[in-house]
Amino acid sequence: MEQFKSLTAKVLPLPIKDIDTDMIIPAQFLTSVSREGYGENLFRRLRDQDPQFPLNMPKYKDASIMLTDSNFGCGSSREHAVWAILDAGFKVVISKSFADIFYSNSAKNGLVLVTLPEEIVDDLLLEAKNKELLLSVDLENQQVQNEKQIYPFTYDAFRRHCILNGLDDIDYILSAKSEIADFRTKQSSKQTVSTLVINH
Amino acid sequence: MSKESVESKNIFEKIWTAHVIKQVEGHPAIFAIDLMLIHEVTSAQAFQTLENKKLPVFDPGRLLATIDHSIPTRSNRREIFDQAAATQVETLRNNCKKHGIPMRDFDQGQGIVHVIGPELGLTQPGMTIVCGDSHTSTHGAFGALAFGIGTSEVAHVMSTGCLLQLKPKSMKVEFHGHFRKGVFAKDAILALIGKIGIGGANGHVIEYCGESIENMSMEERMTICNMSIECGARAGLISPDSTTFDYLRGRPYAPTTSNWDASIEYWQSLRSDAKAQYDRGIIIDLDKLHPVVTWGTNPGHAIQINECIPKLANLPKSEHAITKSALAYTKLSEGEAIAGTPIDWAFVGSCTNGRIEDLRLVAKVLEGHHVDPKVTMYIVPGSEAVLEQVKKEQLDKIFLAAGAQLRMPGCSMCLAMNDDKVPEGKRCVSSSNRNFQGRQGPGSITHLASPATVAASAIAGQITSPEQYF
Repeated sequence: MEQFKSLTAKVLPLPIKDIDTDMIIPAQFLTSVSREGYGENLFRRLRDQDPQFPLNMPKYKDASIMLTDSNFGCGSSREHAVWAILDAGFKVVISKSFADIFYSNSAKNGLVLVTLPEEIVDDLLLEAKNKELLLSVDLENQQVQNEKQIYPFTYDAFRRHCILNGLDDIDYILSAKSEIADFRTKQSSKQTVSTLVINH
Repeated sequence: MSKESVESKNIFEKIWTAHVIKQVEGHPAIFAIDLMLIHEVTSAQAFQTLENKKLPVFDPGRLLATIDHSIPTRSNRREIFDQAAATQVETLRNNCKKHGIPMRDFDQGQGIVHVIGPELGLTQPGMTIVCGDSHTSTHGAFGALAFGIGTSEVAHVMSTGCLLQLKPKSMKVEFHGHFRKGVFAKDAILALIGKIGIGGANGHVIEYCGESIENMSMEERMTICNMSIECGARAGLISPDSTTFDYLRGRPYAPTTSNWDASIEYWQSLRSDAKAQYDRGIIIDLDKLHPVVTWGTNPGHAIQINECIPKLANLPKSEHAITKSALAYTKLSEGEAIAGTPIDWAFVGSCTNGRIEDLRLVAKVLEGHHVDPKVTMYIVPGSEAVLEQVKKEQLDKIFLAAGAQLRMPGCSMCLAMNDDKVPEGKRCVSSSNRNFQGRQGPGSITHLASPATVAASAIAGQITSPEQYF
């Protein structure tokens, strides 16, 4: 996983509530066996339907921060949604709230999700619509900043540590190898259903 | 607080505690997973991770693979025309072979992951179950803690049998009362999602209870738990009871006679204690509920079939933009009645409503009637076992006589990853779980409903209540 510490970049405003992962990457693009190449189809249907969809507009070219309304990433568990956002050059998504599985998938890939209070997101959405908005996102100090103001946010300490250092969950889990082995031995001695192993 | 209430636990807390291997203060728990189901769409990149890290599969006997999402449902389904989908299926076969992972391929008990797990008796109370699919919550119907994960986490479970997890909050949803004729579990869960919204249970594990749940079959309970994710819940589950045990008895992977009694004793112990606490609670009365259908572009846009689409003036301002965009997409108007909306397609199937009980209901409605000639109706069984049972009960003859197409098992038109797509601009009433824009094909319009409502609507050529058929 790539490290992330801080970033100053242009903001792409998507003032839409409940953006689901089918919107982010439609199912027809999920037949690949790779993690790469999804970026060109990020929000494909919305882009095809509406020439004025922000991602189609030249003024938002080079944006690396996505700014959205509430419950971003709901629906399907497809991690392809995170891969598509990263592949299209975005490093941060700021929203009023995020769906659970999307939140977890993002953390595993170093996509930084920032939750800010509703009024602040509404103000920033308006600002980004009317003029070019640059924001600085500092994960280490948990703050978003524009030329006028600093907006603090909180980010789970463990996850922050992993993203700042580019650490993978597998290594952390494997550091408890002996505890895992002990647990499984104990579990199988209990004769409960959890001992189940599929013979084939 | 009394000692008793301190010790009272709900089923989620019991399963959670039993699976925490290690918990360092301030860190997520290292959490044990008992069973992982895998399919062709969200597994290839996980196998690649293991390859890159030179890690073996931790315990292939705790995995089960099948193909469901991208496969055709034509009778000649072995021939996959979409080259990328064909590669994906072949990749899964090769990976399973290489790592010794059991796989239910075509004609070997294939089906939708969430249909075959329960029918094989693999899904059992007290287990932790994951799959790279958000509808994994289905297995919660058995009193298992089951949830969807992304592909990175699929790799974690493959290589370690564990996940890193923060403990979610708990939410108690009580369903009270009895269904009116023509009203089913699907209507109950859509009513809940309509009430709390699609993010209404974010961060929570739902426990469903109340006498309505106790009276439900396992199939109905699976429909309820399946759609937990549609209100944002991490999982949904139901305390196991005699209905659960009766369903499991004799299934291929259920405990055998020699350890059956011990299993029952363990399963009983998982039931939520009477004084168990929850972070939140909600009560839904089903006595007066009519069939429910959706009018918009997310599952929270649900109303009773005798109601009208909400007027903007009656909605909070924060809902106006999404409501306008939803109505523009579904080509409907605020304040309009939903019943009588003409349809072009009807779909019965999916992990929500593709089980034998669902197909029996559809047959009951369709028997002696014909699907409106303007309507194309697909009936897609959830698994090969369901299809076999359909034939055994001769339901296929009813479907054929009614002019509906009985297809081969798979996810099909629920997410339209294969050739099964609702054409652009066409309107489909569907027993599936999501009515997102373009979900059933680019430009398709979806109305979620129970299988009975789908069948009644297919006959009438318009959105119609199935009450008259029951």
